Order: sequence, then C-alpha cells, then structure tokens
Amino acid sequence: MEIRLEQVSKDFDSVRVIEDLELLVHDGEMIALLGPSGCGKTTTLFMICGIHTVTAGRVLFGDRDVTHVPPQERNVGVVFQSYALYPHLAVAENIAFPLRIRKEAKEDVEHKVRKIAATLHIDSLLTRRPGQLSGGQQQRVALARALVRDPAVLLLDEPLANLDTGLRLEMRSELRRIQQATGSTAILVTHDQAEAMSMCDRIALMNEGQIEQIATPSEIYVRPRNKFVASFIGSPPIAFCSGAVSENMFKGPGFKFELPERLQAAAIKPDSAVTLGIRPEALQPGLDIPVSGMIAFVEPQGRETLYGLQLPDGNMLRSVQAGGSRFKLGEHVRWGLDRESLLFFDPDGSGI
Amino acid sequence: MNARRAPWLLTMLLVMVSLPILILYTWLFVDSVSVSAPGSIWPKAFTLKNWRFLFETIEGHASIWRVTFNTLVFALCTVTVVIGTSVTAGYALSRLKFPFRAQFLGGVLILHAFPSISLIVAIFLMLRLLGLYDTLAGVILVKASLEIPFGIWVMKGFYDSVPWEIEMAGIQDGASRFQVWRRLILPQVQPAIAALAIFSFIAAWSEFILPLVLAPSSETQLLSVYLAGLLTDDYLSDYGLLKAVGLFYILPVMVFYLFTQDKLMNIYSGATKG
Ligand SMILES: Nc1ncnc2c1ncn2[C@@H]1O[C@H](COP(=O)(O)OP(=O)(O)O)[C@@H](O)[C@H]1O
Ligand SMILES: [Mg+2]
Repeated sequence: MEIRLEQVSKDFDSVRVIEDLELLVHDGEMIALLGPSGCGKTTTLFMICGIHTVTAGRVLFGDRDVTHVPPQERNVGVVFQSYALYPHLAVAENIAFPLRIRKEAKEDVEHKVRKIAATLHIDSLLTRRPGQLSGGQQQRVALARALVRDPAVLLLDEPLANLDTGLRLEMRSELRRIQQATGSTAILVTHDQAEAMSMCDRIALMNEGQIEQIATPSEIYVRPRNKFVASFIGSPPIAFCSGAVSENMFKGPGFKFELPERLQAAAIKPDSAVTLGIRPEALQPGLDIPVSGMIAFVEPQGRETLYGLQLPDGNMLRSVQAGGSRFKLGEHVRWGLDRESLLFFDPDGSGI
Repeated sequence: MNARRAPWLLTMLLVMVSLPILILYTWLFVDSVSVSAPGSIWPKAFTLKNWRFLFETIEGHASIWRVTFNTLVFALCTVTVVIGTSVTAGYALSRLKFPFRAQFLGGVLILHAFPSISLIVAIFLMLRLLGLYDTLAGVILVKASLEIPFGIWVMKGFYDSVPWEIEMAGIQDGASRFQVWRRLILPQVQPAIAALAIFSFIAAWSEFILPLVLAPSSETQLLSVYLAGLLTDDYLSDYGLLKAVGLFYILPVMVFYLFTQDKLMNIYSGATKG
C-alpha cells in the first residue's frame, strides 16, 4: 500500500513540531525516517498510524484518505520503541490479540499465530510471558503482533535501539528479510544512519520537523542536498572549510584548484563565498590537489586509521586511510584531495 | 552489622514492640472463655456463658445475627461502590483529557485529607432530606463517599505507572478505548484493586461514628454500634460478655487480614509487578 503525506503539519499546544511535510512511500518499499533525536520522527509515525491527529494536511493510504479515520480502522502494524507487549498475556495471546479483537475464528487465530511465529523463529516461546523474554525475543514478538493481521502498512519506531550491538546487527538483516518476505510497505524510524543505510530502499532525512532530503542511501551520501544532510550522513563525519570561487578556481586555506566540470557548468558568481565539504576518504596521500598540514590526531581503528589534519589556518580535516598508522602525531605532511568527490555548498548551506 | 545476627535482633525488637498488643489479645481471648474474681486478672474457671449472645438475644438489644448480617452488607456494598468508582474515576484522571481535570484532582486530594467527623451534622441533615436517614443504603453511601477520594488517588497512581504505549498498542491492534481498558489495563492494576478492596472492607467493618449517628435503630445497627450499646447499658455490667462480643467483632477482620496482608502491602509500594 502506498503511503502519502500531503502538506502535513502538527502542533502540540500551539508549538509547531511538524511543518508542511511531504512524503511518498511506494508500495512494498521500506523507507527510513532518519534524523536527530527530537526532530519529529515519532510524531510523524504516530500521525500515519492515527495516534496523533494531524493539525493540517492529508494522510493517504493508496487512494484512500485516512486523515480522519480512527487508528482502529487504519490496519497499520506498529512496533513501538518500548515494544509495548501486554505483560499479563502469554506470547501466543499477545500475538493473537489483534485477531481476537476482530473476533476471528479460533482455528484461524491459532493457525495464523503459529505461522507468523515460525517466520520469526519464536515458536518455542509461545507459552512464555513477555517478562521472561530477552530484548531480542520481545522485539520479535512485537513484530509478530504487528504482522499477524497482514497490515497495510508496517511502522517501526527505533526497533533496534534497545538491543545490544551484536543482536542489532543480526536483527538488521532479519528485519529486512521479514519485510521483503511479507511484502509490507514499511517505515523505519531511526537516528542511526548505519541502520537506515543498510536496511532501507530510501532514506528520508528529517531535521526540525521537516524533511531535508529523500533519496537512496548512496545518492544521499554522494549528493547531499545541503550542509545538514552532508554532515548528518557519513561516519566519520565530513569536514568543511570555507573559501572563495573565481574564474572556475576554488581558493581555500593554503590550497587552490580548478573546479570539477559539473561545477564549471553551474556558473558560480565570481568571488562568491563557497563552503567546501571534504569526506574523510576524499583526503588521501598522493592525490592531485595538494593540501599541507600537521597531523593533529591519530585514531587506529583496526582495518583503517583515522587522521586529523590541521591546516595552517586552524581548520581540521579528517582522513580515513587503509592499514595501520603510517604517520605520526605532529608530523607535517602533504596530502591531496580527490576532485570528483568534493562537495560544494553556497553560503546558505544548499549544495551546488 | 553482622548479617547473621541482624534478623535475630530485628525479630527480637519486633516482638518487644508488639508484645503488649499480643498480651492484650490473649487476655481478651482468655477472659472471654473464663470466669475471674472481681479485681483479679487471673482466670478461675472455664465457661462458655459469655458466648451466650450467639444463641439468644440480649434483652434490650438487637439480635447478633441481624447485626452481623447488616455489617457484612454494609462492608461489601461499601467495597463495591468504592471499587466501582475509584477504578473508573482513577482511569479518567490518569488518562483522559477533560475540563477542570487539575481542579478535580486537587479537590480529591483535599477531600482525602478532610476530617470526616466535621461533616457529620451536614450529612445527617442531608440524609434526612433524602429520606435515607436510618437506612443501610444511607450509611453505605456516606462511608463510600468518604473512602472514594483515597481510592481514586491510589488507582490513579497505579494507572499512571502503566505505560502509555501499551494502551496505544491496543488501539493500534484494533481495540476500542473501552476494550483496551477492560482487557489490557485492568489486569495490570489488579493488585491495586485487590488491595483497595481489602482496605475498604476493613475500614467499613470498623466504622463506628457514621452508623452510630446515621443508622442507630436495631433494624439497621452495625456490630460496632451494637458493641457500644452493650458497653453503655447500665443494667448490664457483664464484662465477660463484652469481651466475647468484642472478640466476635474483630475476629473476621483478623482472619481476613492474616490471609490478605501481602496484597494489602501493594497499596503502599505502589508498583505493578508482573
Ligand atoms: N505529546 C506531546 N506533547 C508535546 N510535545 C510533544 C509531544 N510528543 C512530542 N513532542 C515534541 O515534539 C518534538 C518531536 O518529538 P518526537 O517526534 O518524539 O521526536 P523524535 O522521535 O524524532 O525523537 C519534540 O520537541 C517533542 O518534545
Ligand atoms: Mg522518537
């Protein structure tokens, strides 16, 4: 089922939390709502499932306008951040609850519960209480409860946030497998970019109640629409330094180079201020645009090493290089920038 | 402190503190089945004469069984009204938005702290006006209303501790607000309901002033009033009888308490444990 938000806004006590939000999720797609804490991800999710009413705008499932449809009639499966299992019911009854409310026949309920439990590998837990389950198991039960009635839409609010690291990695692919197996249209809320990148078809990056960019994981990384997107996506983060452009040349602190072709066409005004974004992999020894500086920190990370390169004007660039630490703290080096993967932003922060 | 000796010391201390009460109860029991010389505390002989009130009506007083029945009806009805009101009102105050919610909560708290005895004249007049004076229904209503603020407050506290997401999950699963309350929320505050029921039962059973003033006649009399009647009867100076009736009066509460005390603790710990 396609989900469409049109010009949706939400006020809490006259404080605007979501402003004119536009979002289109295709049928069968898994999209990530990614953004810093407090940016309105959960609020957006709750407007889609109907827990929050919208202040303005429309919510559509396919062609059906559900803006004023009560949550009970929207057929949306939600996995809450805290899982919200019913503590007094056994796992089987937790999963069966939505079906029991619909007064489905006893054999149907049993059959469906057993089937979804098998899909999620929780068959052996059906008689236990939620309090007797580990975090990962509770999460699966919550997912089973959301999926058991074939929801039109599946909403996941930070489903992996409460798991420990190992389990989180495992559940990433597991969640994706289940979403694809059931063919549900899903929205995954997360503040973890690695999760969004690895699990979803597209990412909607939110900030302060608005969507900054919707794109595929690689697109949003390679072509961020603005400085916020560029700095939120990517780890270790991008570094910025300001400079000026004139006659297709960029003049930065201590270096100067010819703009890549795609920017020459963009016809930047002469002598205008431009911010340069340098991802850690775009700064490497032996590349063609020379940059000199002093190594300010060295962080070995096993397979690769992260260096901090301090420019003469105090600006700090980051570089990720394969292998062990070949350079020492305080060493003066002359590295280079990769022209094609540099990012450029105009003074108000939008990408060029 | 030595971990091994600690429970020992604690037990000793508790025994010391509760010893006077234990002695009093024992004495009460012994006296109710024995004869002793006037002025002496030591029993002389065993007797069941003091318990004769169970089989015959004492002159000038109501029948014990009538009074016991009244007390039971009074206590059970009070419990029903208190639970019914607190369980619903507590939920509304915890979860629903409605006008004057804050004022209502404040009012409930003030009512809880209000000394009920100062209302007695007004209540008396009101019951007269309503034609409920000297009826069990009248005292039940009054006793229940005085217990309800506490009940609402306790229930609200328990509802507050049930996560909001559970309710939203229920709604999302297709249940109506009422179904959510009935099938998902009530089971989780069930310990509180049990505790509150026990609490109000004991409170009603031991209530004295209200029935004394509002339902004094022998048709509607409660055990506490009956006992006080015996105590102030000038023609009756049978202390053995008084002690037997007193024991008869507190026995159900003590037995009840013995079996339910662990549930009663819930009201003070204020948490739902799964
Ligand atoms: N029920 C509410 N009442 C008032 N403000 C709220 C409510 N829910 C969320 N907010 C506010 O809305 C903003 C977005 O919250 P939320 O959607 O929970 O953020 P996120 O899930 O992205 O961390 C926050 O500033 C939060 O304080
Ligand atoms: Mg959130």
